[in-house]
Amino acid sequence: MAATQEEIVAGLAEIVNEIAGIPTEDVQLDKSFTDDLDVDSLSMVEVVVAAEERFDVKIPDEDVKNLKTVGDATEYILKHQG
Amino acid sequence: MSSTNRTVVVTGIGATTPLGGDAASTWEGLVAGRSGVKPLEEEWAADQAVRIAARVAVEPTEVIPRPQARRLDRSAQFALIAAQEAWKDAGFTGRAGEEPGVDPDRLGAVIASGIGGVTTLLDQYDVLKEKGVRRVSPHTVPMLMPNGPSANVGLAVGARAGVHTPVSACASGAEAIGYAIEMIRSGRADVVVAGGTEAAIHPLPIAAFGNMMAMSKNNDDPQGASRPFDTRRDGFVLGEGAGVLVLESAEHAAARGARVYAEAVGQGISADSHDIVQPEPEGRGISHALQHLLERTDLDPAEIVHVNAHATSTPAGDIAELKALRKVFGDDTDHFAVSGTKSMTGHLLGGAGGVESVATVLALYHRTAPPTINVDDLDPEAAATADIVRGEARKLPAEGRIAALNDSFGFGGHNVVLAFRTV
Repeated sequence: MAATQEEIVAGLAEIVNEIAGIPTEDVQLDKSFTDDLDVDSLSMVEVVVAAEERFDVKIPDEDVKNLKTVGDATEYILKHQG
Repeated sequence: MSSTNRTVVVTGIGATTPLGGDAASTWEGLVAGRSGVKPLEEEWAADQAVRIAARVAVEPTEVIPRPQARRLDRSAQFALIAAQEAWKDAGFTGRAGEEPGVDPDRLGAVIASGIGGVTTLLDQYDVLKEKGVRRVSPHTVPMLMPNGPSANVGLAVGARAGVHTPVSACASGAEAIGYAIEMIRSGRADVVVAGGTEAAIHPLPIAAFGNMMAMSKNNDDPQGASRPFDTRRDGFVLGEGAGVLVLESAEHAAARGARVYAEAVGQGISADSHDIVQPEPEGRGISHALQHLLERTDLDPAEIVHVNAHATSTPAGDIAELKALRKVFGDDTDHFAVSGTKSMTGHLLGGAGGVESVATVLALYHRTAPPTINVDDLDPEAAATADIVRGEARKLPAEGRIAALNDSFGFGGHNVVLAFRTV
């Protein structure tokens, strides 16, 4: 069953917490991965791979650069999840 | 600031070792004659011929925040912990630049390891095989590169004068400190954070060293397995950890009123050109390094009262080293209290020169030579050649200037001798 927007944000929050140590409650739709959440370019690759596995979605490298905020990633996953 | 042959002093010390999570607890363990060797309880160890090692006393993840730790190889974690302790110990509070005590353009870092990020390399290869290409960590390259610990320490302290990683197997840590002394002496830097680190307790290195017949297989007596100079010595015990010094020009240290532990007098370097792994049995290469040290510094052999020997507990190496000391220093060797601290820490490979430099500097500072433990039956050849500090720590002369040597030798025939003395 496909994940809801709420479930995706919660899942991303857990992933970002694991990788960057940011408290889960700080991971919200309007937050930028690089500017707000301490996720640099290498860690973003980790976030993407973890999200792919968790939400059964493929995020090609060329799409990763468009995922600036948690909202961008959530919307992408909602649209492409298997 | 371009002066040469400047005096170099030690103003900060840090370590994380099998005896303790910092320099003070490590020193306490050394003086007490405590062994850090334990059985390897991991499942993979069951198949190994060698099932003992000296793991660090404090896991680095207890000290380094998880998000930072997961992007550092274990060897870089150790280096960072030891370097941060040394940095604070030297009286610095923040990174160079924010911290007024040092100019970042005059600050260097030289941290070495013998093998580099070997656990990252092997673990990520397992990930590749078991989970596929996509799951290989994007942090793998900066984690496995041998200059990773040095680069991370350089970043942590804000070093811009140069960040280096000399590699010479088990002499690497000592070579790093020697390189740092030269950086300051030649005028390239005023302050250098230098030392060695190693994290190689993993089934592959243990199998490989074991198959070389280089390691002790005394699995039934872990604490008694590392026994330099004893007749029953049968190889080294693998240890892990890091030891780091803050080295500084004497003028720079005096200008900021820093506490000085000791003078870093200089280094002697040579290569055996004999065999890729076997030590030259008469210690000719080691003698050459000792002579090089005497030629290049104003070290007075009459002042040397202590040697932290390389002494890994291998049958051939331990005696070759003592012969070299006797050959170069003659009767002066009689007043050298020779300690084999690997009897307690195990052999930290590229970390050894760092940890043993910390031990050597503290031996001078506290005027106490740590013991060599497990010497139940002193090898007669050792007894005839040098004065081994056995069983218990020994007081060094309470008065006057005293000096000490730290020997490190590595596979490949690398010989590095560092000299320190009281100020």
